[in-house]
Amino acid sequence: MHELGITQNIVAIALEHSQGAKVRRITLEIGKLAAILPDAIQFCFDICAQGTDLADAQLEILEIPGLARCRHCGEDVPLDQPFGVCRCGSCDLEVIQGQELNIKQLELETVCV
Amino acid sequence: MCVTCGCSDDADVTLTHFHGEEVGSSKTEAIPGQGISSDVTHEHTHTLPDGTVVTHTHPGHTNHPHVHYAHTAHPHTHLAHPEFHHSGNETSHGGGNGHGHGAIATLSNGAQLHAQMHGTTLALEQNILAKNDRIAAENRGWLKGRNTLALNLVSSPGAGKTTLLVRTICDLREELPISVIEGDQATTHDANRIRETGCSVVQINTGTGCHLEAAMVERGLQQLNPPLNSVVMIENVGNLVCPALFDLGERAKVVILSVTEGEDKPIKYPHMFRASEIMILTKIDLLPYVPFDVEQCIQYARQVNPRIRVFQVSAKTGEGLEPWYGWLRAMNLSREY
Repeated sequence: MHELGITQNIVAIALEHSQGAKVRRITLEIGKLAAILPDAIQFCFDICAQGTDLADAQLEILEIPGLARCRHCGEDVPLDQPFGVCRCGSCDLEVIQGQELNIKQLELETVCV
Repeated sequence: MCVTCGCSDDADVTLTHFHGEEVGSSKTEAIPGQGISSDVTHEHTHTLPDGTVVTHTHPGHTNHPHVHYAHTAHPHTHLAHPEFHHSGNETSHGGGNGHGHGAIATLSNGAQLHAQMHGTTLALEQNILAKNDRIAAENRGWLKGRNTLALNLVSSPGAGKTTLLVRTICDLREELPISVIEGDQATTHDANRIRETGCSVVQINTGTGCHLEAAMVERGLQQLNPPLNSVVMIENVGNLVCPALFDLGERAKVVILSVTEGEDKPIKYPHMFRASEIMILTKIDLLPYVPFDVEQCIQYARQVNPRIRVFQVSAKTGEGLEPWYGWLRAMNLSREY
């Protein structure tokens, strides 16, 4: 349910940077451990973008897989939830990837006079 | 909306301030967005996490002051900034076009340079929650300057946050000055309960919002104006999901779980239990009547967060409260932020 507010943020940030230009494509990076549902962002985006320069923009979401490093043995542990167990038996994991929540880039339509 | 300060957001947030010493008089202030109307020119000072202080004014919200577009190999300036309005580091922003820290603009296709219509790709790499995190960092600095300990209390609805808070305020009245920011979607019921203890409290009603955000707490702290060397308890909206994502500037998150809930909540809502420094199991006086496995619950919590500290309490009977108070005293004395 927090995806609506987050999508409003996405649209606001994009509009600040697009400076009145039409946005063709917006690319997001969303980590699998970020507690954000890409489908919900997609759903909310269509609503939030209505009537703005993002209305026709294609929303591209790059999902970043979760990865942690074991604080006990240093091994990398792939994660699909924000916790897990290393092969060494330790649960003390430092998440090093998968918590991203970024606007990676915007592709703008600009008129060359 | 200004993504730096969040002003003119369209959430329907209201804020009510009760003074403990002024029982009977309450001041209600409706805040459009997080308090600042977009058509009013206003000045902000932001302290960034790296210590940089940025002051800027907002006539409207057309620009973001921190990212600049640099055009490479392109004769036209499509995205020149008409104005930059921050006064904090003017020396580096004289002209207002064609320089950058952080953002780079590149043409997607050099062959289309002189086509009538072409695409420009802006690499932003901007964290979507950066606005919230920046305001949280300001709150943290503000609290640190007042030597004030702020805790963010999170739980599902009905876990007993307010009951524990009322008991804690009453028991520690003589030694720890506590004031409270109450977050709920609607009503001032919880603030009224806190106010009956004589403590100063600000109620934030988030309207449709399902969590508190740093900008709401910023306003709440200004209204509350807690004394130096005190404790501010921020009771978040009852929700085990969203509040995990939003830093408010607190020193620590405290997750509260009652024994009338399932013992598997820590692995069902791992983000919250991972983000919290301590877990307080409440209503333990009910343990004889409910099928709640305390050991299993603690094991789940440690699986998600091996560093989490656990207190088992009953705010009703007072059982187990002393270790929680001991932790509070130690945190209050600690200067680590």
